[in-house]
Amino acid sequence: MSTRLANGGRRIDRTRPVEFRFNGKRLKGFEGDTLASALLANDQMMMGRSFKYHRPRGVVASGSEEPNALFNMGEGGKFEPNQRATTTELFDGLSVTSQNHWPSLEFDVGVLNNYAARFLPAGFYYKTFMFPRPAWKHVFEPFIRQSAGLGRAPDKETLDADTYEHFYFFADVVVVGGGVAGLQAAKTAALSGAKVLIMEQDPHWGGRAMVDGEPEEGFVQRLVGELEGMDNVTMRRRMMGAGVYDHGYLLGYERLRDHAPMLAGPRHRLWRIRAGQIITATGAIERPLSFAGNDIPGVMLAGAVRDYIAEYGVSPGDRVAVVTNNDDAYRTAIAVKKAGLEVPVIVDARAGGGGELAREARGMGIRVENGKAIAKVTGGKRVKSVKLCAQAGEGAVLEEVACDAVAMSGGWSPVVHLWSHCGGKLVWDEAEAMFRPDESRPPLNQNGAGFVRCAGAANGALDLGAGLADADAAGKGAAEAAGFKARGDTLPDLAQDDALPIEPVWMMPQGAGPKLRMKAWLDYQNDVKVSDVQLAAREGYESVEHTKRYTTLGMATDQGKLSNINGLAILSDTLGQAIPQTGTTTFRPPYTPISMASIAGEARGEIFQPVRRTPMHAWHEANGAHWEPVGHWRRPYCYLKGEETPHEAVSREIRATRASLGLLDASTLGKLIVKGPDAGKFLDMLYTNMMSTLKPGRCRYGLMCSENGFLSDDGVVVRLDEDSFLCHTTTGGAERIHGHMEEWLQTEWWDWQVHVVNATEQWAQVGVVGPNSRKVLEKLGGDVDISKDGLSFMGYTSGKLGEFDARIFRIAFAGELSYEVAVPASQGRALWDALWDAGEEFGVTPYGTEAMHVMRAEKGFIMIGDETDGTVIPQDLGLHWAISKKKEDYIGKRAQERTFMQSSDRWQLVGLETVDGSVIPDGAYAVAEGENANGQRNVQGRVTSTYYSPTLDRGIAMGLVHKGPERMGEVIDFPGTDGTIYKAKIVDAVFYDPEGEKQNV
Amino acid sequence: MLILECPCCGVTGEETEFHGGGEAHLKRFGPGSADTDFENYLFMRENPKGVHLERWRHVNGCGKWFHVARCTVTLEIFGSYSAQTLEPPQEIKDAISAKRPGWSWRDFS
Amino acid sequence: MSDTVSALQGAAFEGIARVEEAGLRGMVTFRGDLTAAKVKTAVKAASGVAIPGQRGIAMSGEGGAAAATGAAAATGAAAATGAAWMSPDELLILVPHAEADAAVATLNDKLSGTHFMAENVSDARAVFTVTGGKAREVIGKLAPVDMGAFGQGEIRRTRFAQVPAALWMHGEEAFTIVCFRSVADYMFGLLRAAAQEGSEVGVY
Repeated sequence: MSTRLANGGRRIDRTRPVEFRFNGKRLKGFEGDTLASALLANDQMMMGRSFKYHRPRGVVASGSEEPNALFNMGEGGKFEPNQRATTTELFDGLSVTSQNHWPSLEFDVGVLNNYAARFLPAGFYYKTFMFPRPAWKHVFEPFIRQSAGLGRAPDKETLDADTYEHFYFFADVVVVGGGVAGLQAAKTAALSGAKVLIMEQDPHWGGRAMVDGEPEEGFVQRLVGELEGMDNVTMRRRMMGAGVYDHGYLLGYERLRDHAPMLAGPRHRLWRIRAGQIITATGAIERPLSFAGNDIPGVMLAGAVRDYIAEYGVSPGDRVAVVTNNDDAYRTAIAVKKAGLEVPVIVDARAGGGGELAREARGMGIRVENGKAIAKVTGGKRVKSVKLCAQAGEGAVLEEVACDAVAMSGGWSPVVHLWSHCGGKLVWDEAEAMFRPDESRPPLNQNGAGFVRCAGAANGALDLGAGLADADAAGKGAAEAAGFKARGDTLPDLAQDDALPIEPVWMMPQGAGPKLRMKAWLDYQNDVKVSDVQLAAREGYESVEHTKRYTTLGMATDQGKLSNINGLAILSDTLGQAIPQTGTTTFRPPYTPISMASIAGEARGEIFQPVRRTPMHAWHEANGAHWEPVGHWRRPYCYLKGEETPHEAVSREIRATRASLGLLDASTLGKLIVKGPDAGKFLDMLYTNMMSTLKPGRCRYGLMCSENGFLSDDGVVVRLDEDSFLCHTTTGGAERIHGHMEEWLQTEWWDWQVHVVNATEQWAQVGVVGPNSRKVLEKLGGDVDISKDGLSFMGYTSGKLGEFDARIFRIAFAGELSYEVAVPASQGRALWDALWDAGEEFGVTPYGTEAMHVMRAEKGFIMIGDETDGTVIPQDLGLHWAISKKKEDYIGKRAQERTFMQSSDRWQLVGLETVDGSVIPDGAYAVAEGENANGQRNVQGRVTSTYYSPTLDRGIAMGLVHKGPERMGEVIDFPGTDGTIYKAKIVDAVFYDPEGEKQNV
Repeated sequence: MLILECPCCGVTGEETEFHGGGEAHLKRFGPGSADTDFENYLFMRENPKGVHLERWRHVNGCGKWFHVARCTVTLEIFGSYSAQTLEPPQEIKDAISAKRPGWSWRDFS
Repeated sequence: MSDTVSALQGAAFEGIARVEEAGLRGMVTFRGDLTAAKVKTAVKAASGVAIPGQRGIAMSGEGGAAAATGAAAATGAAAATGAAWMSPDELLILVPHAEADAAVATLNDKLSGTHFMAENVSDARAVFTVTGGKAREVIGKLAPVDMGAFGQGEIRRTRFAQVPAALWMHGEEAFTIVCFRSVADYMFGLLRAAAQEGSEVGVY
């Protein structure tokens, strides 16, 4: 059984017990435990079930590479699935449940898949569920979704209770990994004066050296102390280097509150780091060995076994068999023995066995079997024994050895992920049987120079002394590359380990038959076995990327940290080629999964995105505004009174405005000031109309096109004085058109004397609309003359309106007598309140965007985005009057000269009047005779704006119809999606006051 | 994510401060131009594997447009320069030549 | 006009730093040839300071405000005048809110006959201050700027999360941030979130 030892456990504090819940059971651990070590201490070796076959699984590793021990963690707003027990620090009140089983971890119905495993090989889904097609949706997919999968998806109604944030940070040298190599590299780099950041994903500094031996007594503590004392060094624990990107961009994922959720503050912080140079000292990961039954709970990585003993004082078993192809695993045997437990046998696949460590183990009385292998592990929910055989043979069992845990080591693979993320290349090291970074082909930065280097075990320097020297060199090299003068540090004098070389073992035993291969796991999390990869190879999958996707090898949440090298070795072997020829799959960030919320950072809830508010926003909110988003702005669609519907409110607002007085918050309209001796010439190029002839104090409606000829924006241009213009744009167009102007001024006509300023938000603007609009303005008083003759239609004046500093434009988008009054934004709310008070006697009615839309449609005015969609030219809309014939050039003119733009065969704007007065549905198309090549009905037009007009008490619409203006009076059909055919007569688009008498009073 | 240096305000900022504006040094063809010239101006763009000259705007910054010489393969930046020019200045050409001898782009080399 | 109001009317939040909407400030966008002698004289007349160099900001009277807090600081800053370098042909001239139109008039007067532009943009802006030992960290969570290397006398136009903004220091541990008025709520929300209790980074 696994249990807590009486002594040991560097990380745990035995005086501080912690209580947690596992599947509802109350269990105890100590402060400093991980969830995995605490579960092992409670003899909970089985921690989950596998993805596909629902086989019982226990913890394999002790770090972030763990594939099996995944849990649903937390409850309610703190719930999160697929959390690794090995990287979860225990805290009081932690509550977890195991995953992927039903009804319980101990008894699971899905395990039936295990007995049917021979019918579920690689590619099974692809091959089996093809036909009959409907069966996929109704039978296979629901079944697979029920039986496969990992953690439970969070409840969609429950909001994450935590907060998250980003942090931008800049450093000359960033070191990822706080083991002895990382610490040494950071120190050497920092001694040069470079600004250094070092991060460690674990809560502790020192890495494996704390278990396997420091270079000298107290080395890590001394180095940490020195680094902490340096002003140019920032040290972060619980922070993982998640990904390396172009130009020295590096993401650091800091877990602030996972271990202390009771404290205030953000849960995770995503560091967005710009590094001059990056050193990855990310260590190495031990590989499993591929023998039958290598997934039975109790089979663990050798390094992990001694981690649990040394770091947490936990023994994975009383009798631990060790199986290896290298010297390192002997350390585990020695550690187990020293902890007072039994090592019944060390199985060394190498015929010649191990070196100094092997002699030490033998000296402790441990039995060592050279040239042997494990044929099979027996046991179900827990290891019972191992059956030994010759490594060179096919698996004939020589003897059975009773044990309750197996420590395996297939050698170590450098963690090259961060090196590879941005294009660093690898070489295969035959002697050490591993891929290591190819120093001559690093990822390149903005200057075309390498910006990542690896240090220590991550660079393939597995020996402690060699690793330290390598780290020192990396620190010096990085500091120099970052522009600092650096020198190496004084290192402890270490003798080279007297170890015998590793011998690659990809299958155990070497000649294992099909039955054994079917039980030898490569990828624990996705249930991929040696036999699956071999099958893929036999079926023609030669590329490692294809094999990965076909078998799902390495596609689980651990991204193949344990399985990839073993898998591609098996593939190479089956294909009869060398490992480097097969190559690796692509390493992509993040290194381990990071929370989605940390990527979103602060962008959630109220600050998910900017919402733009006008100075009158609060008034609207307090007065029943029914909001409509327009770009990032919020504008009132209408104002709801009592129980009325939005449709009723819109009709009420229109009637009141046309009868007496309406107010529209038009502050969102774009307002660009264009000034300079060449301003007129510039606007002549931007607008299709002639603007240079506009007189000061006058307004003119203008159209803007793209260089491709299509309508892009429209609005009223006001000539403020001789050399300055105010260009109104659409609400959504202010920033875009400002950018458009700057682009042409800076990149094409940079010799023209013109300046542009975006004054959109300087002004609060109110549309004062209706027959009583003049009266209400006159009531406010002041020195401006807004009489019929004093301010004629399309005129502009400025001055004091009451106490306000006002600019007044007499323009009429609704077709009534109306004024637009602009005042500085700080006076906007006061102006609105003043108009509200003064308008009371006229029954003043605020109206929203929908009433504005309906009223302009009644007048036949176009709206950018309704009548235009990026394929419409002004000529299509009958706006020839707004296109200057006198100008040689304007943006879009050349494009409009193209033959298909000149053609009379285009869809053109007309009014549409339903025969029965109903409202044509939005987006309806007019059908024509016959069908097109796809068998669809031909079309001859479409509706662009369609409304119920309360003024006319009937449906009105505008639309683009094939040769429309030539077909006045013709009735065409608009089929609705409800089956109704809407019959509409082609009419003039101006439905209301065609003579324009109302606005000219 | 790239980092770019704006030659107008001197800021070296990350890509999120900037907005890409496509190919640099386009020559405008207006009314009266031949169809093929207009088509080339409006639609035909370089898509090189290697040296590229492109426009950027420092949109979350000084608001100015500028040009960048960049390698589309390695993302290496050879330099940034004024947008108020019809061709890359000699020092930019030299910087490219130093790293990519024999390069050419449209009429420049 | 007595009823002028800023977007958030002085809203404040106290977390790991103090965040405060600083009320109305007079701001004039000036565009023109910054090297011309006439322009230098006119800007000095309107702002009280010489034209600062690239990305520089020169203020007179603002520093004293930094030592004070709350309303006193706001009043002090609001009374300060100065100029900030916005781009090679653009300055932001800072004056008390009520004096912005006068500053525009001064520039128009002194530069008559020259090609330039002076526009009162005071009300298009919202102004915030972030003060305290952790102010740098609060800003470092939102803007892609090396706050470890940011100093007084410098103005940086950048983005805060999803909106453009500019920042400068008006004293030790005291930052002024300017953004568009319409996103004042968003900016306050950002700063409040970034200054939330328990969110110290511990690097500055």
